Amino acid sequence: MKITVDEEKCCGAGQCVLIAPEVFDQRDEDGIVIVLEPEPPQDQHALTREAAVVCPAAAIQVHDTP
Amino acid sequence: MSPNEQILPYPLAYETALEPPTEWAELRSKCPVATVTVPDGSQAKLLTRYDDVKEMLADPRFTRPDLMGGSGDSQGASATSAAANTSASPFSVPKHGEDHLRWRRMVGKWFTAKRMAALRPQMAAIADQLLDEMTGRGSSGDLKAHLAFPLPVYVICDMLGVPAEDRNLFSYWSDNFLNLTRYSAQERQAAVGEFAAYMSGHIAAKRAEPADDLLSALIEESSGEGEALTDAELLGTGMGLLVAGHETTANMIGKMVAMLLADRTRWERLLENPSLVRSTVEEALRFDVNGGFGLRRHLTEDVEIGGEVLPQGTTVVCAMAAGNRDETAFENAAEMDLARTPNPHLAFGAGPHSCLGQALARTELQVTLEVLLRRLPSLELDIPAADLERLEGLLVGGLREVPVRW
Repeated sequence: MKITVDEEKCCGAGQCVLIAPEVFDQRDEDGIVIVLEPEPPQDQHALTREAAVVCPAAAIQVHDTP
Repeated sequence: MSPNEQILPYPLAYETALEPPTEWAELRSKCPVATVTVPDGSQAKLLTRYDDVKEMLADPRFTRPDLMGGSGDSQGASATSAAANTSASPFSVPKHGEDHLRWRRMVGKWFTAKRMAALRPQMAAIADQLLDEMTGRGSSGDLKAHLAFPLPVYVICDMLGVPAEDRNLFSYWSDNFLNLTRYSAQERQAAVGEFAAYMSGHIAAKRAEPADDLLSALIEESSGEGEALTDAELLGTGMGLLVAGHETTANMIGKMVAMLLADRTRWERLLENPSLVRSTVEEALRFDVNGGFGLRRHLTEDVEIGGEVLPQGTTVVCAMAAGNRDETAFENAAEMDLARTPNPHLAFGAGPHSCLGQALARTELQVTLEVLLRRLPSLELDIPAADLERLEGLLVGGLREVPVRW
């Protein structure tokens, strides 16, 4: 699994950090998303998908890798 | 719209406080773009389907109608936004495009998930203290008055570094900003003035002597980055915290507890499995039928939505709570499923204008629920759920009281 984010879309809601704090963080200066784990380990896949689905700005894309 | 289509009065009527208006299901299936009359007598288009509500809210072209009395303004908006609406208000926020984005990112630093997580111990201490006071009075009481209403104000005071003895001032000001029936316009102007005077002195004191609070941290960090926040910006943000962050969260705490106790198997499931707290909070936000008036959008150009072309100039009301009960978006939407995951509900809106303080609200709701489960496992409603009364508020929806025993 690979994650990409769109910083322009991000509205800083913080849902991704509340759901998957090992994968996502927010910049201190403006709350915009930071990806900590661009290729999250297996045990983070479900939380990462959840974070992507509920992102209010649809700023997180999950790409499945073989 | 066909010529004989009914025009509904809006807000819609509720038979009981925790059940959705009967019209929602019918509107979603047969009339997803309905014509309604809002309290000021003007007409608007009401969206009730999940996809339509989400698409409209996320559309960056459209924002809410002008609160200063522009076209399509409703009584509802002018009521609950009274404080942000007076000429004396120190709080004015850019609504569009680049300016909105810059403002949002400047203020967004207040509300990161990490900053909110750091407030958890303080929030839990506040909830414990309020519950000490509530349980000290007997074995039953109104959870809204004793816990739900004061908690968010006390949390905001902690964020601002306001000492505990001044919390009641903030409660009074906040109530005054939002309660149009209890206070006159003069009283409201006076309260805005008192609040601004208090905050000016308070901000000066924090600049001189920073302490361990969010306000001090932001003053220091922003000046360190060479982008010092002005007093007006800090004051405006403090005002925004109260206006946007008090009554909304207070009502949601009350509604969440009421929904969980209305069918007590929900409460028992949580007692057995407290790890469901996070998903329970999201489900309470989705399941809540008293989301308030809904968010309005003023169409600045023609747009096609729900298979209908709406002309420029139309005011659209997005009923997020109706969208959250849409069976095409949520399986068994009429069931409150405490483990529902993922739960992309619309309670905080969607897109670039979605609620700025949602991490704060979520954290407060989670902590409150955790403390209640730990402190009062025997909690139950003190009246039948069907007797709970709705607040006939305009923008912010809630219950008048949440009578409980323990």
